[in-house]
Amino acid sequence: MLIAVILALAVGTYGFRVAGVLLRDRLDLPAWARQLLPVGAAALLAALAATAALTEVGRFAGWARPAGVLVGVLLAWRRAPFVVVILAAAGTAALLRLLGAP
Amino acid sequence: MLRDVAAIGAAMVAVGASFGAVAVAAGLPGWAVVAMSLLVYAGGAQFMAVGLVAAGSPVAAVLAGLLLNARHLPFGLTLGDTIGRRLRHRLLGSHLMTDEATAFTLARPAGAVRRRAFWLAGILLFLAWNAGTVLGVLAGGVVGDPAALGLDAAFPAGLIALLLPTLRDRDTRRAAVAGAVVAVLTTPLLPAGLPVLLALAGPALLAVRQLRRRASVAAGETGPSVTGDPVGSAQPRGEADVRPADAMPAEVVTAEVVPAGRKKESSC
Repeated sequence: MLIAVILALAVGTYGFRVAGVLLRDRLDLPAWARQLLPVGAAALLAALAATAALTEVGRFAGWARPAGVLVGVLLAWRRAPFVVVILAAAGTAALLRLLGAP
Repeated sequence: MLRDVAAIGAAMVAVGASFGAVAVAAGLPGWAVVAMSLLVYAGGAQFMAVGLVAAGSPVAAVLAGLLLNARHLPFGLTLGDTIGRRLRHRLLGSHLMTDEATAFTLARPAGAVRRRAFWLAGILLFLAWNAGTVLGVLAGGVVGDPAALGLDAAFPAGLIALLLPTLRDRDTRRAAVAGAVVAVLTTPLLPAGLPVLLALAGPALLAVRQLRRRASVAAGETGPSVTGDPVGSAQPRGEADVRPADAMPAEVVTAEVVPAGRKKESSC
């Protein structure tokens, strides 16, 4: 049963991935549609980041995580190196939790 | 670039380790946990599937995991020609495509740099995730909670940092903000995965509007229609403010026109 779950998930996930990659060649997209694809990908990634920053299993994730993300984003906006962004976001959230924030 | 990938890779080792530890603690055998990371290779879906399998609902584990991973199809459409021309590159590259790898890749200008970014991020992050999983399975309970290290904040911050350059484009920014708001507001109401997919509504509306405008331009050309748009306004809206950072138009278009034409000829 467990093997079936893993294989079904693996095949389905790979199917989604490879379908998009291979479809790109088959579809003869006009220029404006090709330009819209990265816009769509950016919207998906932004939605993913926002839900991951704010929610946990459908509910508010508590304050420590969004605060950490906010610090990271502000640093990125001020053109801080990527490593600093990651460390500052994680550090802020960890510190706030150490201080008792949810 | 290598340092940036290494930063997110280090975080992925830690989260992969926590996945391995959580899955073993939930009662899954070690080989199954490692196989899952190798074959499924999608963090969010793996955590969710382990939870649902442990709760005794394997069918839900598969369905929920696949719903969560449906976003990879539009990612693949976007990255399709970045990965490479050869079929085996495409088949292998598809498996390495994750949210983080996609964000890394799209943060680079189109062309050879972007292709290198994809493969560097894809391979290193795959190794990081699987090395982390093995560590977690071996270490078991010794691995701490990733939340205590604040790693749950590191991933969204990293994704947004990678997105920032593309958000300078007005249309992309609007679509991203709208998508984020829709996804967050619908998260309490819909099953996981669906809210993120709803973020595509904005770009889809833009596409519909573009199609309508095309149609009305075509009508204006064939008959004496009143709504005939001047041709200049019919070009895609993003094109107006082309910056070197998103050099998408020129390079990609020229790179693709040739094979597309060749295909048409050979199919005749």
